[in-house]
Amino acid sequence: MIEKKVDIAIIGAGPAGLAAAISAKTEGIDNLLIIERDEHLGGILNQCIHEGFGLEIYKEALTGPEYIQRFIDEVKELGIPVMLKSMVMELNDKRELIVSNEEGLHQIEAKAVVLSMGCRERTRGMIRIPGDRPAGIFKAGEAQHFINIRNYMIGKKVVILGSGDIGLIMARRLVLEGAEVPCVVEILPYCSGLIRNRVQCLEDFGIPLLLRHTVVDIEGKERVESVTIAEVDDNWDIIEGTERKIECDTLLLSVGLIPENELSKMAKIAMDEKTGGAIVDENFMTSCPGIFACGNVLLVHDVVDYVTMDAYLAGKNAALYVKDELIKKPKIEIKTGPGIRFMVPQKIALEDVDIYMRVLEPGFDKNIIIMDGQEVLKSKKFKRVAPPEMIKIKLKKNEIEGAKEITVSVE
Amino acid sequence: MDNDYDALVIGAGVIGCAVARELSRYELKVALLEKESDVCGGASKANSGVLHSGIYSAPKSQKARLCVQGNDLFSKFTQEIGVELQRIGKLVVARSDKEIEELEKLKKVGKENGVLGLKLIDVEEVRRLEPNIRAQCALLVPSAGIVSPYKLTIALAENAWENGVKVFLNSKVTDVSKKENYFDVKNDNLTFRTRWLINSAGLYCDTIANMLGIERHKVYPCRGEYLVLDKSYDHLINHLIYPPPENGSGGLGVHLTPTMEGNILIGPSAEYIDEKDDIRTTKEAMDKLNVQAANFLKQLPKDAYIQSYAGVRCKLIPKGCEASGDFVIEEDEKVEGFINLMGIESPGLSASPAIAQMVVDIIKSRETLKPKDEFKTRRTGRRFGLLDIKGKSKQIETNPKHGHVICRCENVTEKEITDALDNPLGVRTLAGIKYRSRATMGRCQGGFCRARIVQIMEEQYKMGVQDITFRSGDSRLFIGRTKDLRGNDREES
Ligand SMILES: Cc1cc2nc3c(=O)[nH]c(=O)nc-3n(C[C@H](O)[C@H](O)[C@H](O)COP(=O)(O)OP(=O)(O)OC[C@H]3O[C@@H](n4cnc5c(N)ncnc54)[C@H](O)[C@@H]3O)c2cc1C
Ligand SMILES: Cc1cc2nc3c(=O)[nH]c(=O)nc-3n(C[C@H](O)[C@H](O)[C@H](O)COP(=O)(O)OP(=O)(O)OC[C@H]3O[C@@H](n4cnc5c(N)ncnc54)[C@H](O)[C@@H]3O)c2cc1C
Repeated sequence: MIEKKVDIAIIGAGPAGLAAAISAKTEGIDNLLIIERDEHLGGILNQCIHEGFGLEIYKEALTGPEYIQRFIDEVKELGIPVMLKSMVMELNDKRELIVSNEEGLHQIEAKAVVLSMGCRERTRGMIRIPGDRPAGIFKAGEAQHFINIRNYMIGKKVVILGSGDIGLIMARRLVLEGAEVPCVVEILPYCSGLIRNRVQCLEDFGIPLLLRHTVVDIEGKERVESVTIAEVDDNWDIIEGTERKIECDTLLLSVGLIPENELSKMAKIAMDEKTGGAIVDENFMTSCPGIFACGNVLLVHDVVDYVTMDAYLAGKNAALYVKDELIKKPKIEIKTGPGIRFMVPQKIALEDVDIYMRVLEPGFDKNIIIMDGQEVLKSKKFKRVAPPEMIKIKLKKNEIEGAKEITVSVE
Repeated sequence: MDNDYDALVIGAGVIGCAVARELSRYELKVALLEKESDVCGGASKANSGVLHSGIYSAPKSQKARLCVQGNDLFSKFTQEIGVELQRIGKLVVARSDKEIEELEKLKKVGKENGVLGLKLIDVEEVRRLEPNIRAQCALLVPSAGIVSPYKLTIALAENAWENGVKVFLNSKVTDVSKKENYFDVKNDNLTFRTRWLINSAGLYCDTIANMLGIERHKVYPCRGEYLVLDKSYDHLINHLIYPPPENGSGGLGVHLTPTMEGNILIGPSAEYIDEKDDIRTTKEAMDKLNVQAANFLKQLPKDAYIQSYAGVRCKLIPKGCEASGDFVIEEDEKVEGFINLMGIESPGLSASPAIAQMVVDIIKSRETLKPKDEFKTRRTGRRFGLLDIKGKSKQIETNPKHGHVICRCENVTEKEITDALDNPLGVRTLAGIKYRSRATMGRCQGGFCRARIVQIMEEQYKMGVQDITFRSGDSRLFIGRTKDLRGNDREES
């Protein structure tokens, strides 16, 4: 066993991990370590070769690799130590890590830890699509990797289930690569990806989006030969008689992302069922002192810019924690009320703070209302709200002074 | 002649592999023919993986005798091929007075069959052993256990190969004819000659028997579907949890089965089907399984399934029959040298070591078999992901590629992937890797590692895009390279 002590260990080198590392270093911490299981820095952005990253931060539409390269370059310039092809196998609440790589097993003691492990994709098994189990069923992100990184073409005629952003982006990619996409099938009554992706990836290419539809059967012994789709009612039950078979050789699943919190659970960190990530305070610190979380492992973000912004704060606060400069303030709970799907942070001190949330349903002319008990602290009007889009609200110290328990709702 | 054998086994399920391996202890030339691209393509890969004790089958039946014998032999059997067996015990639980009566009956039958250690336990004891299970009382069956059925079958085949058995994959037997004192066995391109012919073709045992004019039995396929729970729920149960069996239902009832890897299986359903190869899963069955699991479990986790699958039972009794039917294991009375194994449904896996011995005994009753001077056994330790810290550390010391984790959900290493690709049978499919190494079988179902495995196949094994298949040649993952579809083809490496 190889033993090592560091001030801050950062698990995962996607946009979250890299930004956290950069800000911790800038805050004066030198004994840092980024641990990444892949061969490269950059996480999932390496395969996102479409543009649209960085609109918030850089006011530029960069591709994923272009966006992340800026961070990779900075990490290199700052001389931040990196362990690649190294997998964190274990983490406990004393901030001890076990890491496996070709040199051996490493036992690393860290004064602070930043969790930035990203997320994984939901699978066919989780949504229980019945039918045959042939080749030709891919998760959308997996297909993105095969096509963009390895240059394998996954099929000629591809039905896509789920209108999440990855699914929409892949619909366009597949058409550009010469495949046919007969339709994107979505069980919800609305598109679950961003409007800009719906327009640019589906509408501009004439790909139909079938709302309130789902895949009810997969046929094919060796390779997918067809899928059966059907319309569903409000309870997602299949409306009989609407079944229809679509010939295709591939089914792509874009049915949601799940934060990869196996390590967080190992360290017994308190989790939020709604986000699927850790419960954090305004400093991005989890229930476990000295362990911070940011990026998609905390909650699934829509755009990477927010990931970067969170991660800067998480990294900085981890540095302050190590230097014993993170001021301990009393916290209050901040809860989701009617209409809000989830929200982060779940605990705040009564200071200036940004809160992020997603709504349950799309709507027009809605107010996001911040209440303390029965008292309205703040109300912000939105012309339009939609589940795919993260809403960010700034709370000022003077707006929340003296609050006991804050609830956020939409009306 | 090259294709001249003393014994030829048709079908490389657990039965065919166990028989071939048992025969390989003797100075015999043995061939094992399998129609699929790998061994274990049939029922042997899609069942509950339960080592049964022998409480279900009618006293004096072959099923009862071979199951009890098999259960006895299983510890040694699995040790010799380096496969893990855990005798975790079974609880058959009663949730009504009528079911309590059923338990008494089972206990009586089990005792008569020679099953040891059976004990009725009360509600308190059940609660102590299984706090999450609803039951009034239960029958404890300590000799029952769990084993990975595909690991077992693959290890048997590979060990048979190590002891000289010739294994022919993608080799479907299309014709068999009896000559004077041998058989001619044909696949698509070869003719094999053999003195002994063993029919262990599972669902197709009737097809093979028909080729020799034996038409006494017909197979009625009966599908069983399962749901696989995420391994984070492994703490829910400690034993196999079964209901009392329902006569004529086709199966033993939907039960909860812990596995060595921590995923609890829920199933199987029982549905007679028309097509033997129809291993689809259906919405109806999945919904039912979910409800039936909730009958046992005080709290059924939501959204916690990672996969579903189905296997097909090889029944010799049609739907609606009360009788459960027995194994047929005999040298055919008319066709000398033809050892016919038919209707090997549950508890076939459990009985496999005893069935293999029985086949050898049939041959021994007719000729003297000379044991080989050396018979190789196997020792394979636990896989990397299941080792403790010390074990993992040691394993990386033996080979640095053990330190490179490829499948992140199940912690399967690069070395384990290449070991799987280097299997002695020459199988190079994603399914072959999956069943040998466990990569892609975790909660993300290959979402990340499948691409890394393909990369290893491409870079280290120089496999072209057309060669990367899930199972057989037609189950290709890719249609080519990107840009191929747009006409400006580029060179295929
Ligand atoms: C499959 C997929 C496709 C996507 N496609 C798009 C898209 O097309 N467009 C878009 O805008 N957004 C997309 N996103 C979402 C967007 O990119 C994310 O918002 C952003 O990448 C999240 O950054 P992150 O750093 O939190 O996670 P990631 O970029 O996922 O980085 C996490 C890193 O941590 C590493 N890691 C995890 N666990 C360990 C461990 N135990 N030990 C060592 N290392 C570990 C991982 O290997 C990974 O490199 C996609 C997300 C996924 C999962
Ligand atoms: C749902 C279910 C649950 C079960 N649970 C249990 C359990 O918990 N415990 C237990 O002990 N038993 C159980 N069983 C029974 C057990 O799985 C079977 O008894 C056992 O797997 C049968 O093995 P086999 O080798 O006879 O058949 P198979 O595994 O089906 O093998 C037959 C092989 O023959 C090949 N073949 C067929 N035709 C040809 C041909 N013409 N040429 C070449 N090859 C051919 C097939 O491809 C196949 O690989 C269960 C069965 C099912 C279906």
